[in-house]
Amino acid sequence: MNTLRFITAGNVDDGKSTLIGRLLYDSDSIHTDQLGLLEKQTKQEGVTIDLSLITDGLRAEREQGITIDVAYKYFSTKNRKFIIADAPGHEQYTRNMITGASNSDLIIILVDARKGITTQTKRHASIGSLIGIKKAIIAVNKIDLVEYSEVVFDAIKADFENLKSNLNFDEIVYIPISALEGDNIVDKSTKTPWFEGDTLLETLEYIEVPSSENLASRFQAQWVIRPKDEENHDYRGYAGQVLSGSYQEGDKVKILPSGIETTISKIEKHQQTITKAVAGENVVLHLSENIDISRGDSIVKIDELPITSNDLKTWVSWLDNTALQIGKTYILQHRFRKVRVKIQSIDKKWDSNEWQFSKANGIGLNDIGQISLKSNQPLFFDAFTDNSKSGNAILIDETTHNTVGALLFLA
Amino acid sequence: MSNSTHYLNQLEDEAIYILRETAAQFEKPALLFSGGKDSIVLVHLALKAFRPGKFPFPLVHIDTGHNFPEAIAFRDYLANQIGEKLIVASVEESIKKYNLKETSGRFPSRNALQTYALLDAIQDNEFDACIGGARRDEEKARAKERIFSVRDDFGQWDPKLQRPELWDILNGKVQKGHNVRVFPISNWTELDVWNYIQKYNIELPNLYFAHERECIVHHDKLVATSQFIQPLQDDTVVNEKVRYRTVGDMTCTAAVPSTAATIQDIIDDIIQTRVSERGQTRLDDQLSEAAMEDRKKQGYF
Repeated sequence: MNTLRFITAGNVDDGKSTLIGRLLYDSDSIHTDQLGLLEKQTKQEGVTIDLSLITDGLRAEREQGITIDVAYKYFSTKNRKFIIADAPGHEQYTRNMITGASNSDLIIILVDARKGITTQTKRHASIGSLIGIKKAIIAVNKIDLVEYSEVVFDAIKADFENLKSNLNFDEIVYIPISALEGDNIVDKSTKTPWFEGDTLLETLEYIEVPSSENLASRFQAQWVIRPKDEENHDYRGYAGQVLSGSYQEGDKVKILPSGIETTISKIEKHQQTITKAVAGENVVLHLSENIDISRGDSIVKIDELPITSNDLKTWVSWLDNTALQIGKTYILQHRFRKVRVKIQSIDKKWDSNEWQFSKANGIGLNDIGQISLKSNQPLFFDAFTDNSKSGNAILIDETTHNTVGALLFLA
Repeated sequence: MSNSTHYLNQLEDEAIYILRETAAQFEKPALLFSGGKDSIVLVHLALKAFRPGKFPFPLVHIDTGHNFPEAIAFRDYLANQIGEKLIVASVEESIKKYNLKETSGRFPSRNALQTYALLDAIQDNEFDACIGGARRDEEKARAKERIFSVRDDFGQWDPKLQRPELWDILNGKVQKGHNVRVFPISNWTELDVWNYIQKYNIELPNLYFAHERECIVHHDKLVATSQFIQPLQDDTVVNEKVRYRTVGDMTCTAAVPSTAATIQDIIDDIIQTRVSERGQTRLDDQLSEAAMEDRKKQGYF
C-alpha cells in the first residue's frame, strides 16, 4: 500500500468541498462525533448532512463560507493511503493553493458542467502543471444539472484538450461526476451509460505515480554525523535523502562544488549497512576518502553530472505582496544549498487567461513568468522538466525572511 | 517493489527528513516530549535520524502538575535509556509566578495554562524551534498548519498569514524573537502511529493498554478518580477495564472501556471505533468548535 497525495482545485462554487466530503463520507472516514456536529450545523431543509461543511477549519472560513488556507484530510482504502490538500479557489489565496499543489502527485480540477472551462480552471491548470504535478483529473461536476449530457461532457473535454500543449501533465483523465448525488464517485453511475472510464475513486486508487528512482541520481549532504566519542572516533557520515535515482556501495562519485572524485565506501540506513539506496530513502553515505563536505554539497555519480552554472533562467511563481524587484538580492534555497542571487531581468509573463505569454511589465503577487538570475556561487541543478527533485528552488527575502517565490529551472 | 513505496516508510522518510532539516537550520531546537505515544514515536524517529550521534536537541517536557504518574515515570525511563538530556518546565511554577487563575469547574484543564510554561521555557533556553508530535488528522485547526509553523514574539500562530511552503523545501529563517514549531508527523493518522508502533515494537506506558481503574461516569465519559478528582455524593463510580487513547492531564482526559491487551488489539479497537481520538477523550476540546484554534493563536503547541 502506497500513498497518493492529491489537491482539489476549482471555482468557488464548483462543489469542491462537497466532493471532498463525499469521498470522506463514502470511504467511511468521518467519525461519528464529527458527523453529529455536521448534522447540527446543516441548516438546509430536507438534507440530513451538508457534506461541504466537513472541510472548513478556521473560524474566519466558517464565518465567510470560503476556504482561505489549505487543509489536509486523510482517508484510505485497502489499496492506498490518500492525503488530500483541500485548497482555496479564490485568486486572493493562490499562494496557499500553490503550497498544497507543490506537495501533490495529482490534481483534480473541478469544472462546473453548466459553465465549462473558466479563467479559474486555466489558472489552476497552469499552476498545477508548472509546480510539477504530472497527473490531472478533469472532473466535470454537476453533470446531473445538464441532464447527464454526453455532448456537454465531450465539449468540455475538447476545450481542455486544446490547452494541453502548454501544460506538462503526462496523463489527463476526464470523468463526469455529481459530487452531490454521488454519480461516478465510488460507483459507476447508471445515468451515464455512455461513459466507459473508471470512477473517480477507482482512478485515484490505481493511477500510477511516477517514481523518481529512474532519474539521474541526486543527493545533497543534509546533516553531517560526526559523534567524535570514543566508540565512534573516526565515524564521519553524510546524512541526507536520496532525491532521485539510486546509490550503491562502490559507486564512483563527484563532490560538488569541490570537484573531488571518490567512491561510496558504505551506505547505512538507521545504522544498518545496506548495499543500495533509492529515491526517497534517508541514508548516511560514507566515502572512501576523508573529504571536507558541508551541508548542501552534492554527491553525484561521475557519469550523471548536473548542470553547473551561475547564470540561471527560471520560471517563477511570485508569492509575496511586494513585487519582484530587478537588481535586488535574494537568497535562493536549492534543497539544502543556499546562495545569494540578483534578478537580472524579467523575460516573459504567462497570461493564463489569454493562454499566452504577455509583455513582462513586472511580476507581482500570484504572477507567473520567466526570469534571469545571477548567483554569487554556482548551483548544481537539472531542468525541472528532467528532474522534479533537483529542478526547483525557493526565493527568500533577505530582510523579511519570507518565502517570496517558487523557482523552476529551465535548461 | 522497493521499501520506500510502502506508506509507513514514506511517512518515516518524511519525518526523518524534517528532523534533520530542523537540526541543520536552527541554532537551538528542542523536542517537546509529553510521554504520550506521538512524542515517543518522535523520539524513535530522532534515534533513526541522528544515531550514532547524540540528539542535536534536548527533550523538553511541559509538566502541568496534573500528569499521570505512569507517563512521568515513562518519560524519565526513556530519557535515561537513550541517554539524552531532559528539561522539565513546570506549569505549577508559572501559576505561582504569574498568579494565574486556574480554570474552574469539575474537570479543570490546564491546557491553556501550559502556554505560559512553554513560552517561558522557549525564552529562558532561547529555543528557536520546538518540535512537536501534533498531527493534522487530530483537529481541524491542526489540519491547516504548516510543517514549519512560524510564531511571533508572543508564540502566537496567525492562521491567516501562514508562509508558503513549497515542495519539501523548508525555510527556517525567521525574524529575531520569532520561533518555529515543527511538526514532523503532520501527515500521520492515529492508525498510522499505531501501525508504526507495532512494526517496530515500540515500548509505551502501560496506560495505553487495558487495565482496571476506578472512574467517575460523566456525560458518558469515564474520568479516573485521582488525587485531583474525587468522587462526589451523586457521582456514579465504576470499576472498569479501560485504556487511554490519548494521554493528557488526569483531570480532563477520559479513559475508554477496552479489553485491548496488545498493540494489535488496540489497532482493531481503533478500526472499529467510529469516534475521533480527541472527541472521545478530551473534555476541554468540546468547549467550543474553535477551542484548539483559539489556544494556538495564544501560543499553544
